[in-house]
Amino acid sequence: MRVRHAPRTRVDWFLTFLRFSLTALVTVGLLAFIGQQIDPDNFFARAVNDDASRLSWESIKDLVVSGLSQGAMYGLIALGYSMVYGVLGFINFAHGEVFMVGAMTGMITSNKLADGGLWESNFVLAILIAIIVSVLCSTMTAVLMERVAYRPLRGSPRLIPLITSIGVSFFIQYTSALLLGPGAKSYPQLPDWLRDDIPWLGIEGKKIVVLVVAAVSMAGLWYLVERTKTGKAMRAVAEDKEIASLMGIDVDRTIVTTFAVGGAMAGVAGILWGILFGSVTEFTGFLPGIKAFSAAVVGGIGNLGGAMAGGLTLGSSESLAPQMVLEPLGVTGHTQLKDAVAFLVLIFVLLVKPTGLFGERLSSEDRA
Amino acid sequence: MSGERLLTIDSLSVTFGGLDALKNLDFHVDEGEIVSVIGPNGAGKTTFFNMISGMVAPTAGDIVFRGESLLGFDPNQVTARGIARTFQNVRLFANMTILENVMVAQHCRTKQGVFGALFNTPGFRREEEEIRAHAEKVLGFFGTRLIGYRLHQPASVLSYANRRRLEIARAMATKPTIILLDEPVAGMNPKESEELTGLIGKLRSEWGFTIVMIEHDMNVVRDVSDRVVVLDHGETIAQGSFEEVSTDPEVIEAYLGRPVEGAS
Amino acid sequence: MTAHLESGTHEVIPARGGLDQNWRKLLRYGGLLALVLVFVSLIGMPVKLDSRIVVEPYISMGYLSLLWLPALLGYTVSAEKVLEGMASHARGAHELVAGAIVGLVGGAGLALLIWGLDTRDLSDPLVNWGDNLLGLLTFNETVGYGMLVWLGISTGLGLLGGLLHLLPRTATRAVLTALLAVFLVSALESALDDISEGFRLEWLFEWLFEARGGLTPKGAIAVAVVAAGYVVFGRSRAKAVRQRYDAMPTVERTRANAALLVLAGVAVVVLPMFLGKLTNELLANVGLFLLLALGLNIVVGLAGILDLGYVAFFAVGGYTTAILTSPQSPGLSPELPWLVALVVVIGMATLAGLFIGAPVIRMRGDYLAIVTLGFGEIIRLTVRSDWASGLTGGAQGITGIPGAGIFGVAEVRGIDPQAVFYLVAFFCAVAIYVSWRLERSRLGRAWMAVREDESVAEAMGINTVNVKLMAFVVGAILASFSGAIFAAKVGSVFESSFKILVSIVILVVVIVGGMGRIAGVIAGAVVLIGVLGGPNQPGLLAEFSEFKLLIYGALLVWMMLKRPEGLIPNVRRSRELHQEEFLQDAWLRGQVDADEEGNTTGGATA
Repeated sequence: MRVRHAPRTRVDWFLTFLRFSLTALVTVGLLAFIGQQIDPDNFFARAVNDDASRLSWESIKDLVVSGLSQGAMYGLIALGYSMVYGVLGFINFAHGEVFMVGAMTGMITSNKLADGGLWESNFVLAILIAIIVSVLCSTMTAVLMERVAYRPLRGSPRLIPLITSIGVSFFIQYTSALLLGPGAKSYPQLPDWLRDDIPWLGIEGKKIVVLVVAAVSMAGLWYLVERTKTGKAMRAVAEDKEIASLMGIDVDRTIVTTFAVGGAMAGVAGILWGILFGSVTEFTGFLPGIKAFSAAVVGGIGNLGGAMAGGLTLGSSESLAPQMVLEPLGVTGHTQLKDAVAFLVLIFVLLVKPTGLFGERLSSEDRA
Repeated sequence: MSGERLLTIDSLSVTFGGLDALKNLDFHVDEGEIVSVIGPNGAGKTTFFNMISGMVAPTAGDIVFRGESLLGFDPNQVTARGIARTFQNVRLFANMTILENVMVAQHCRTKQGVFGALFNTPGFRREEEEIRAHAEKVLGFFGTRLIGYRLHQPASVLSYANRRRLEIARAMATKPTIILLDEPVAGMNPKESEELTGLIGKLRSEWGFTIVMIEHDMNVVRDVSDRVVVLDHGETIAQGSFEEVSTDPEVIEAYLGRPVEGAS
Repeated sequence: MTAHLESGTHEVIPARGGLDQNWRKLLRYGGLLALVLVFVSLIGMPVKLDSRIVVEPYISMGYLSLLWLPALLGYTVSAEKVLEGMASHARGAHELVAGAIVGLVGGAGLALLIWGLDTRDLSDPLVNWGDNLLGLLTFNETVGYGMLVWLGISTGLGLLGGLLHLLPRTATRAVLTALLAVFLVSALESALDDISEGFRLEWLFEWLFEARGGLTPKGAIAVAVVAAGYVVFGRSRAKAVRQRYDAMPTVERTRANAALLVLAGVAVVVLPMFLGKLTNELLANVGLFLLLALGLNIVVGLAGILDLGYVAFFAVGGYTTAILTSPQSPGLSPELPWLVALVVVIGMATLAGLFIGAPVIRMRGDYLAIVTLGFGEIIRLTVRSDWASGLTGGAQGITGIPGAGIFGVAEVRGIDPQAVFYLVAFFCAVAIYVSWRLERSRLGRAWMAVREDESVAEAMGINTVNVKLMAFVVGAILASFSGAIFAAKVGSVFESSFKILVSIVILVVVIVGGMGRIAGVIAGAVVLIGVLGGPNQPGLLAEFSEFKLLIYGALLVWMMLKRPEGLIPNVRRSRELHQEEFLQDAWLRGQVDADEEGNTTGGATA
């Protein structure tokens, strides 16, 4: 008897075609980019794009750094998605709004501090206060959300809490718009040493700050999850809620803690957003939220290191791909497609490796 | 008794994260046979079914049904080729009516699409009639329990025993050659399981199905099986008639000294 | 909110004393009320809705936005879930005291807000903090007066809420219906204005409504009396009709249904002739969203696929029509007639459905939701980008789309909303027919099976990939129809009309209406889009447009928490979602398998 494999369906063929063509496009774009870097008049680069021109190393460095700093921010938000998914098995769509609340309250606090003069006189203290306030507010939002909207739905089909969280997300967005007024609101101006390039690196100070703060928060989270009793409880609940509760772990409290920790990380990310971009609107949470979820999936949902790595991957590909893939391919106005790139990365990863780059960690009942 | 060889399983293995759920399993079913698969909990019986029905892919080995390898087939393709199954933890479409549960199972035997439904073509109407008639015939196999006013009740209102019966009806409705029954009498009282044992016999004698059954209730196993296969730790440890198997020292040991006879 | 079972008996134990209260619960409800009152005030509802009068000169929607809350919470605080076979308390002073205390605590919260408004200035982050709100809350009197009045009002309303428990059931129902009727009639003012003109009923309208807007006191009383009268006298008759309908044999019922359907059809055809431009425009918008919602209902309600990028298909319909028919289309511009373009639209929608559907169809349901959302955004961003602007006009969009010519009989364009409405109504009828036929077909059953349990459906021989793709395609085609009509109606397409927001609003319509149930979806579209308005379209309550998305969000959460099956539930779905209660009820009635003797396992397993 000869082992014969099942015929592939048309959908399979189509997916293979998609995988192949996406890979091919990226490869051709990258090759053309390499070509134009070696010599803009290179035959290959010209063939792909008439206007090929060399990108200076300076601007590549800028792209990488801003990609990484944004990616670090996505990573911090992604942690919240990933933790909640790991523990409860649903996408908390409103987590982006928790981040927005952080950015919003950070804006309010820092403006108050700027009015009082502390922002100018002692920036470090002022930003610390702002961080503490926005972390508190974000945490509260996340905890409240869990209590009001998600706890009653525990154990219902996966899509029910997802739809609920979409509603929560809308509610928070428009609450913010109605309470604080719609439209963009600015942070006070950062001190010079953050706005200017750091001399020996040639990188803007604020981006370094963002990377450092993100790294510190990540380390703190890692310590919490891997080294403390609370963290152990969280991991146990993520693995199997029933067994965890039989072992004497307070499952409700642990879930609240999970939301709180995720909220805190989102709050930190909110302030970092303020530092990076200087303004915030009620819709600030939407796109970064979705992208952060994509980052969590790209890194492997439920996997905390993966979330951070996914964030960095997504941030840098979103920053680099328009210049390094789309432009060499001759796409005009490539920066307008920056957001589309993030979603394409998500789709690509799900097509090629649905469990994410670093593997999923889900509780027994959610592993499908 | 037994006819043509239907299903041959050739050194089948599957590994879940380092754990061997099945190891080099060899198995075969001939047409018209009733084969029972027994073994202690965690022996890999349900995994074995999942693999035949295409829900889990084996790491090694081959499954051949009527000369065709089933490896890589989706579950629906396996069912379309004539292997239907029930589930250990009864999984009905709880919010569809009893009739619909059985009608939907004929999906792979019917072919009307959007066009027929929208324009209510004669072909569409004829096929609906046939689906319905076959559904009622299948449900009628269980006496009056699942027909009459019950037809339009949702499956969720059924008692546990009736849910098990409906699951079997649903598997029958796919017009299979082999039915895989996963613990068909679990949770039934002795009277009900005795009745169902009789029905399993009729599945072969009246409907011509070949049956592979996982069962813990040894009375049922003894009453209907032509052949019993004992699994433990993913391996076949014994095979043969019920009498041969039940006296096999290795089997007794696998059940940790529990007397095989009368265990339920 | 409260689940009283209509039938059956339960033991009644004597009423609790007035002071025998669960004080913590009262405080919790009171605190909640205070928070909600302050929240509603600070998001600016009272001030912004104050211009909309309900009963001139007594009450505006602004005040109403606060007033209903104490009564509601005063009622719910002592609402009990009464299941059959369980004991419940007799009602008495206990309920009144509870309601009043909740109202009092809530009023205190509002009083605190008034005091804060007077003494502090928080207008920097809170835009609605200021003299307008203070003036409204104190009735332009002194602060102390305002505080006292609100304490009184809130306590009184809480008391009234509690009082509802003491009234006989019919009386409660009559009071609530009367209040609701007054509110609805007042909310429908502009539509009623329009309708009364068409039917030569201006005299009635003028009698009911004040010229400056709002019901007259005598009008309000009349409406209330009529509504209450219906509840007291007409309801039993309506019930009898309903019972007779339920008791009909199938053949007769089919006939009755057909008659109802014809009646509804005639109404849809005749009514717009009597309506003005405004109402027809509104109906046309409702129809466009209804068409979208019917399509999404197949995808979400029947097949259980949560497609958040549904707006992409709406965009495909709109842009394909624009490119093919508009002379000002920047790239390709064949200037085809609308009907010919429609054929291409169907093809494009099918392709788009397959193209978006195929990669996502094997994903987990929740991943699918996010990825389709991503697809929706990708399509919108691409359409907007310079790269595609040669075809789609980029951010400038495509203008100059001619109307939809129907075989030379009619030319449907935006300036003639009545014609648009007829066109939309025709396509809605098609969509309803399609949903109705498919639900009862082999494909519909397969969709339901996939929704119930995908892996079992697969094991029962259903090719889930194909079946789900089919749902995607059918949904996509219906949405693209809506897009094609939208383009012809507005005369231009811009990417901003196709934001994810549209998907979410349609999802709210489908869910509020009741997933999987056609009548529910129609009701949802009429109520939500008609009254509150669509994402960019105003509804009857134009003053609400600032708040409508907040309300949509809150509605979505509330629906999921309280009634996941929607307002008019699909019986199947509600069973799925309330399975446990359902089984419990059945068990209580001892009906689980009464015909099944000696079955000890019962219906305990789910």
